[in-house]
Amino acid sequence: MATTDLISLIETTQLKDDRPDFEPGDTVNVHLRVVEGDKERIQQYEGVVLQRRGSGSSQTFTVRKISSGIGVERIFPVHSPRIAKIDVVRRGRVRRSKLFYLRERAGKAARIKERMRDA
Amino acid sequence: MSSGLIGKKVGMTSVFDDQGNNIACTVIEAGPNVVTQVKTEDGPDGYDAVQLAFDTKKEKNTTKAMQGHFASAGTEPKRAIAEFRNFSHEVERGDEVRVDDLFEEGETVDVVGVSKGKGFQGVVKRHGFSGVGMRTHGQSDQQRHPGSIGASADPSRVFKGTRMGGRMGNSRTKIQNLKVVKVLPDHGAILIKGSVPGATNSYVEIHKKKLHEK
Repeated sequence: MATTDLISLIETTQLKDDRPDFEPGDTVNVHLRVVEGDKERIQQYEGVVLQRRGSGSSQTFTVRKISSGIGVERIFPVHSPRIAKIDVVRRGRVRRSKLFYLRERAGKAARIKERMRDA
Repeated sequence: MSSGLIGKKVGMTSVFDDQGNNIACTVIEAGPNVVTQVKTEDGPDGYDAVQLAFDTKKEKNTTKAMQGHFASAGTEPKRAIAEFRNFSHEVERGDEVRVDDLFEEGETVDVVGVSKGKGFQGVVKRHGFSGVGMRTHGQSDQQRHPGSIGASADPSRVFKGTRMGGRMGNSRTKIQNLKVVKVLPDHGAILIKGSVPGATNSYVEIHKKKLHEK
């Protein structure tokens, strides 16, 4: 067997097929499984997707939100088993794939137009 | 040394474990190994060992002597051969040994391979020296130099074994206590946590830990 075949075969077993399509600019609600002691609960993290990075099982996405006045960014592996669910709350219309310019903006300037039709 | 298998390094990837941790691991193709010889203490060899072979090669690329050796074991010529002492399973010449015969998820193994050659390297990379490391105090171009290599009139020589620059890598290297993340019997593959010595497509030996070492 060719070497790349075996690796891509292992990586496909890692993929989760229930992940919705979402793009940079979209607002998503990530439902995280948090284990505390022997209890498991769901923690939600909602914010704007700044970027998607990588491919296959190692793909990640960055979510930015403003938490009590301070910008917080978290990076999640798309196919992580710790993510119970990803809800797309709002589709955003943006013109680039990496929205790092949002870091320099706050409040009204950091708004993103809603994408009405799928472009 | 104990029982083990010969494998071929396929490359690295990462998998998620039950807790959701992303674990970097090396994929090793250790498809069926063939027993080409069993040496015994009472036999002409005078010690117990099992010789395994892996990965088919063409007969025309095999010497006549090795062709005969493989033919008497009833197998095609193989590229990699290694001997394993204290083999845990009873095997006979011509038997096939598979990954799932020997290894299971969660156990620890040692992996032996030939590390990548780095060429002629200085002491900072080769021996982890910190270098002279200054541009001031009279040092203008000495940042990665070893500094002093010994005293002067007494002993008026450099001691043997003093660490200096030289060829690095391309040597047999063993990495101990690596965890088996997954065994894929269908593909004759094994996933081992972390990195293992050698380049992609190079051969490695995966050794089981001895019982008393566990």
